[in-house]
Amino acid sequence: MRSAFIQSLVALAERDPRVVLLTGDLGFTVIEDFAERFPNRFFNVGVAEQNMLGVATGLAEAGYVPFVYSIATFATMRPYEFIRNGPLLHGLPVRVVGVGSGLDYGPNGITHYALEDVALMRAQPEMMVVVPADPDQARAAVVATADVRGPIYFRVGKGAQSIPELGGRFSPGRADILREGRDIALIALGPAARIALDAADLLAPLGVEAAVAVVSSFNPSPTEDIAGLLDRVPMAITVEVHYVNGGLGSFVAEVIAEHGLDVRLLRSAVHEMPRARSGSQQYLLEHYGLTSRAVVDSALASLALDNS
Amino acid sequence: MLATKIRKTILTQSKRANVGHIGSCLSIADILAALYGGVLRFASPDDEDRDRLILSKGHAALALFGALNAIGVITDDLLETFCSDGSPLGTHPEHVVPGIDFSTGSLGLGLSFGCGAALAARMQNSDRRVFVIVSDAECNEGALWESVMFAAHHRLSNLTAIVDMNGQQALGYTRDVLDLSPLEGRWRAFGWDVHCVDGHDRVALESTLSELDDGDAPHVVIAKTTFGKGVSFMESQISWHYWPMTDDQFLTAIAELEAQEA
Repeated sequence: MRSAFIQSLVALAERDPRVVLLTGDLGFTVIEDFAERFPNRFFNVGVAEQNMLGVATGLAEAGYVPFVYSIATFATMRPYEFIRNGPLLHGLPVRVVGVGSGLDYGPNGITHYALEDVALMRAQPEMMVVVPADPDQARAAVVATADVRGPIYFRVGKGAQSIPELGGRFSPGRADILREGRDIALIALGPAARIALDAADLLAPLGVEAAVAVVSSFNPSPTEDIAGLLDRVPMAITVEVHYVNGGLGSFVAEVIAEHGLDVRLLRSAVHEMPRARSGSQQYLLEHYGLTSRAVVDSALASLALDNS
Repeated sequence: MLATKIRKTILTQSKRANVGHIGSCLSIADILAALYGGVLRFASPDDEDRDRLILSKGHAALALFGALNAIGVITDDLLETFCSDGSPLGTHPEHVVPGIDFSTGSLGLGLSFGCGAALAARMQNSDRRVFVIVSDAECNEGALWESVMFAAHHRLSNLTAIVDMNGQQALGYTRDVLDLSPLEGRWRAFGWDVHCVDGHDRVALESTLSELDDGDAPHVVIAKTTFGKGVSFMESQISWHYWPMTDDQFLTAIAELEAQEA
């Protein structure tokens, strides 16, 4: 997905001379194409993420559209106050590109796991948050948001898996309902759509009709789409590779509470700090119950509870 | 005289609003008088090619409001709203106010904005310049040194940092809290073109700021200042970082300024 994102960025930079790319000394084998084509609009600022966000703010004030690139944890947490008092406070079109969503950086360990980035960015009312589900949606998102006047956070996963059901669509503030079902709604954040779709496939022969929705943006958030979906089912499970609080699960809980909906919610997410637990992404997803099988088990257990 | 006018605004408005940061504001009155008295080039506050000024030590915003009022950018009516409910003029500057280029208030951010602004000017082939006023204690912030390295590496000679070196910070003297010396040597070691000047000598400030070369290094003017300058009972006193004035203190302070003017 990183490569798709950067390819789209190169295409955008061809059309839009305002586009500048800053990197905090990351992006080996990803950013070279941009750097070679636009050497005057590419800056490796060194391992200094706070200054990177400040420089981007100064560039944006003068009319540029800077994209700042780093691993999601370093792009969001280290310079958080710079993001808030820079592009957000000034209402400037800085794009924060955080690579590696959730547990993507498996063997690298906790310092590289972006598990609260969506919560941090979503908390800022004017920060558009974009979590592409697959490479095609990442491409569409770069195009669709090119003229957004305020800042955007892009959570760009390392995975290249396609979600064909999504057809590369991206509409800020909308959820994509990929599948209808009346028994339970599975609502996934970005690339976790694959887990939800596979879980729905496993539930179907068991007589459970699962709706599947994918959420790829906040601020604007797909409040109406999710409220409409949840009005039609008695139960929902959110699926996100993120800490349990502050991300998609919290958003859906807010929608349920604020709309007074009669729906039970389970949140599949990471519930503890992954301390001294590195490993492959697949191992970590299994450990934290973020697999289609685990979602199916949760759904069945909850439905049984609901019927008893 | 511009500096005295700024100082009177600082005293009058902070008295009316009953707020502090008076000493930090008085410290930079002469620096702002030099900048707005002839150094800064701008056709209007929203001219895209104007020189940029970033008050990175945002807690001295009232001094900047005073300067902008003195040159007619901030109206008297707007100035009179300082710290009132709903006013855009608080104790830290926000960019929505006429003449304020960047919002500040959290130390250590302004120089990075300045680096971006200076880089943008170069990319746009503009000869506009960027001035950033930082406090000496602000140099405690690690992020500031990221910006110092960036500016030197990219040879941003259109960028000038002015360090208000009054030797004080909120709870003590800088030498006792986190010693910055040799401050001059530290900036020089990072590749900056360093100048030291009496921060209350407007002529020296103006000539230094006007004669910076467009070589290949960013400039820093280390302005030796006195915290609370112009009001004898505030000068070099830690407590005047936060205290507001009593009625008697205000009258004494104004009388001192008027005596100096005469």
